[in-house]
Amino acid sequence: MNRRTALIALATAAALGVHATAQKVQINGAGATFPNPIYSKWFAEYNKLNPNVEINYASVGSGAGIRQITNQTVFFGATDGPMTNEQLQAAPGKILHFPTVLGGVVPIYNLPNVNAELKFTGPVLADIFLGKITKWNDPAIAKLNAGVNLPATDITVAHRSDGSGTTYIWVDFLSKLSPEFKKRVGVNTAVNWPVGVGGRGNEGVSGLVSQTPGSLGYVELIYALQNKIAFGTVQNMDGEFVKASVASVTAAASAAAAQMPPDFRVSITNAPGKGVYPISSFTWLLLYESPKDKSQSKVMVDFVKWALGDGQKFAPDLGYAPLPANVVKLELDALAKIKVS
Amino acid sequence: MKPASSRNWSFRFGTGFFGLVLILIVVGIGVELTRQSWLSIAKFGLKFWFTQTWDPVAGDFGALPFIWGTLYSSIVALLIAAPIALGIAVFISELCPARLQQPLVFLTELLAAIPSIVYGLWGIFVMVPAVRALESALPQAVRALPIFSGPAAGLGMLSASLILAIMVVPFTSAVAREVLKAVPVTQREAAYALGATRFEAIAAALYYARTGIVGAIMLGFGRALGETIAVTMVIGNNPQVSLSLFAPQYTMSAVIANEFAEAADELHLHALVEIGLVLFIITLLVNSLSRLLIWSMARSAKAASVAEPAAVGATA
Repeated sequence: MNRRTALIALATAAALGVHATAQKVQINGAGATFPNPIYSKWFAEYNKLNPNVEINYASVGSGAGIRQITNQTVFFGATDGPMTNEQLQAAPGKILHFPTVLGGVVPIYNLPNVNAELKFTGPVLADIFLGKITKWNDPAIAKLNAGVNLPATDITVAHRSDGSGTTYIWVDFLSKLSPEFKKRVGVNTAVNWPVGVGGRGNEGVSGLVSQTPGSLGYVELIYALQNKIAFGTVQNMDGEFVKASVASVTAAASAAAAQMPPDFRVSITNAPGKGVYPISSFTWLLLYESPKDKSQSKVMVDFVKWALGDGQKFAPDLGYAPLPANVVKLELDALAKIKVS
Repeated sequence: MKPASSRNWSFRFGTGFFGLVLILIVVGIGVELTRQSWLSIAKFGLKFWFTQTWDPVAGDFGALPFIWGTLYSSIVALLIAAPIALGIAVFISELCPARLQQPLVFLTELLAAIPSIVYGLWGIFVMVPAVRALESALPQAVRALPIFSGPAAGLGMLSASLILAIMVVPFTSAVAREVLKAVPVTQREAAYALGATRFEAIAAALYYARTGIVGAIMLGFGRALGETIAVTMVIGNNPQVSLSLFAPQYTMSAVIANEFAEAADELHLHALVEIGLVLFIITLLVNSLSRLLIWSMARSAKAASVAEPAAVGATA
């Protein structure tokens, strides 16, 4: 008899246990590859704090993320370039953008006999990527780098061949500084490059540049930092030549907060202000304002609050720039609009 | 137990059904590719095959540079690979000491088992720098030729063709070896009996096996047409139609792999799927043409072997 009661008690406990795990919430998302390292870190850390919340993220690219959230095959999306008005209208409900962290894009080059850190400006970089400046000792480059002995060799331009948020940020900056670049190339994750060779991924472009004397390319700041690749400084709107760093990228966002549009769809390349690195950008989470599943929605909103608060401290170690406090405050207000019941 | 006729019928029906499934799959792929690329087909029509612009920003798409790059790289790869593969096949099946035979067969088959991404990485870190050194070492007079013009970047058509050639060799040589093995011993014995040298006897065996050898080469061609990742890592990914082996170019499968994930714009996506459709059609065409070639060779061979004894009979 005793044994039987024990068994019943055990069974009840097991049933309760099953009940507890049944409340486990799983949320699926998909999108940009650029923030994948920090998102993975966040989801793992958040799972440690809240064992019943499991967030899965597929890093399939910004375009695929936008398609999947539009088709409602995932609960949230993520993108490196904000959705266009047409894309927003194509979605079955209102989609909101939430900046999560920042990244920068840096010019890398390979000049074997030059030890100085080269200086660049937007118009000069644009002309190089348009194929108008073809030699390293071109007067336009020489003028910015007085005292540097530039070789008379050809510039081999290296760019991304795969569609990428990195390309988006790079051409967005060049288009702002060069009307001709805007007209001939334009802004997108994949563009029609007038010159150069295409490498696949950051590793493809950096591989190309490190192996090709006389080459110039662009990679994400994180990638250059982690792989210890030398990169040049870029002139910002105030005329300073700034080297990309976690601090100078955050400064760009801080400067932009004053004119932040309510939907956060803003480009912060060539932002004004002192110490601002001009080729910086947010990366965004995409959420429906009124999702079908309100219980998932509540969990997701809690997660985003955590990511914008405690979560930010993980950013610098992974090479991302954390959000400035004034942007976080605006986002928390916007987050309150999401329906959770 | 069922009567034999009913079992025969169900066997026939079953296998017939599976045969039909194969046809339906091919047709289904064609229909689905067309449906998914409809925006692009409607907008550009046949012009898609002949224009050179690929501009995702302006929404202007043409497939010519990719068609050109795919065919050019595959043909150059085949020109390099076919003699090497044939040489390997002849050596292994005719000349090689018996002790070496198995290790050599194993090694060529090992080449076929290496994943293409590994070829790509090897290509970027080992082959491309070597190709660049080779390109810059060429004398100016040679560099002036249109086929070798442009800066020596290493990445480009030559690297893509070389890596494709290496990947194609094991397939082509394996099939060619099997074909040579299938040549009846009597053929060689007859050649030797007529006083042929070893070289002449091998030439006779090659002639006897020619349809199978063409088949082996076409198999390699098919493989080269569709190869994606290793090629995109070394070809330079620049959509241009250029005769130069040094110029960075692009292939159909590479542009799909590169741009599909980030293509958010509907027309861009449809244009990429249409590239897939074009690749599908070209692969079908190449396969049908090689099949036709093999058939006509087989028929003329048969006609010749029927005609010869008749002629012998007539003179007797």
